[in-house]
Amino acid sequence: MNTKINKSFYGYIFIAPFFIGFLLIGLAPILYTFYLSLTKWDGFSDPVYVGAANYTRLIHDSFFFQTIGSTLIIWIMSIVPQILLALGLALILNERFIRGKHFFRAVFYFPHIVTPVTLGVLFSLMFDWQTGSINKVLMNIGLVNDPVNWFNNPWWSRIIVAGVICWQYFGFNLIIFIAGLQGISKEVYEAAEVDGATKPIIIRRIILPLLRPVMLFTFITSVIGGLQLFDAPLMLGDGPGNSTRTMIMYLYETAFKNFDYSYGSAVAYGIFVVVMFFTAITTLATRTKE
Amino acid sequence: MRSGYTHTKALLYLLLAAVSFVCLVPFYSMLITSTHANSEIASKLLLWPGTELANNYNRLVGSVNIWRGFANTVFISVTATILNVYFAALAGFGFSKYRFRYRNFLFLFVLGTMMIPGQLGIIGFYKVMSMLQLTDTYWPLLLQSLYNAFGIFLMRQFADASIPDEIIESGRIDGCGEWRIFHRIVLPLMGPAIATLAIFSFIGKWNDFLTPMIILFDNDKQTLPVMIASVKSAFSSDFGAQYVGIAISVIPLLVFFALMSKQIISGVAAGAVKG
Repeated sequence: MNTKINKSFYGYIFIAPFFIGFLLIGLAPILYTFYLSLTKWDGFSDPVYVGAANYTRLIHDSFFFQTIGSTLIIWIMSIVPQILLALGLALILNERFIRGKHFFRAVFYFPHIVTPVTLGVLFSLMFDWQTGSINKVLMNIGLVNDPVNWFNNPWWSRIIVAGVICWQYFGFNLIIFIAGLQGISKEVYEAAEVDGATKPIIIRRIILPLLRPVMLFTFITSVIGGLQLFDAPLMLGDGPGNSTRTMIMYLYETAFKNFDYSYGSAVAYGIFVVVMFFTAITTLATRTKE
Repeated sequence: MRSGYTHTKALLYLLLAAVSFVCLVPFYSMLITSTHANSEIASKLLLWPGTELANNYNRLVGSVNIWRGFANTVFISVTATILNVYFAALAGFGFSKYRFRYRNFLFLFVLGTMMIPGQLGIIGFYKVMSMLQLTDTYWPLLLQSLYNAFGIFLMRQFADASIPDEIIESGRIDGCGEWRIFHRIVLPLMGPAIATLAIFSFIGKWNDFLTPMIILFDNDKQTLPVMIASVKSAFSSDFGAQYVGIAISVIPLLVFFALMSKQIISGVAAGAVKG
């Protein structure tokens, strides 16, 4: 008994690196960012305390609110097809008679591990209006006569950014949905089949309700990730009239391109509030329906 | 009835094939286009390999040290993955097998840190690192691997389920110290969880973009994703060279995935079910 109490001290030692690391490299910078957001600092001279001035500027900053809107639009335009596509394909791949399941799963998942920056560059080249292959294909099959200037149109730009995100992430959701489907016991299906239920009824009445928790989990986690879109959209550009500039792109441009670190810090906290707000809303909205 | 069934089946396969096509065709286009001259890329639709790969490649490596970036990224990803896995296993083991005070509260704290958006402290991170004179070194990128809440969660789950307390007790009876128990008995038993975490940690670090971009200044220290981004602006009208750069970034991941796809996919599924 005595030795056990002594040994339990090692628990603290073993978890200590996490807490030291988090306090020094995670939390300290977060608190320091908050301090900077209350100052005026250009990166060279010492920060000067200015109170809430940066936050006053933030709530009157139409560019910031535009990035919130653009991020939300791009997120919704990518998450809805993402979930529908992943769900449909997961249901198909869950069928017993389909062959090559591993192959299809691997192909659908592969885009998810490719470097987002690289994908951004790749798609910006493919959608280049004069030299990109997409316009070449469309003109070759006669769908359009003249090349479409995609990135000159705010909605095409948003569709492309959302499309790239959807293309990259649907495979990830697919794997999660398949895991969820495999968690549903076979007996449930078999009982329904014995009772004479058809496939569409089984899907609507049995599978979808049982899969609900998994779908909610993906949806809620996608809020946190989707509102922080950065790498791929940065490579695809701000879009006409900044229509595809995301919140994190604005943070990056403010702090590390215009070197306005103190206002950038306020933007970072603004983004934090927005992300928390929408996470709370989605959590509440999905909970009340339960 | 029978033919209706066959039709449905054919339709489903067609759908799967179509989506597979959409997933793969950008990579095919990337490979094909990287082998053509800029004049051809600009003027026509390319479906078959050309002969200009060497020229495109030479123009790229003539001004961007892409293999240096590749080596830098390998070094950072491997080192960070080792640190990440080791400290996650250590903390996961600590949370799983030692009954210390505030254990549950501290574990909840660890999980809570996962809710913090990654970019919240990025400006402060840059400032703190420059005060410590660690900018333009790899230290900031590696130190981040000391704390990985998801890894600790994964390791604790695994230790709770698969490492019996009796093994640790018998190690103590044999006179092993606690560190020795961890290194000699627990770490080898954690193999499957270590493999899963290592794969995700490696991919995450390999693709990391914002932190290296703001922390590193010297072009020769830069990572591959940042180099790809700079290739885009430096070679704005040289499409052939850009496509070669993209291919150099994608092909290693393709090979890695071809070798590991089963482990990667089952790791995603396991992580999701537990999450």
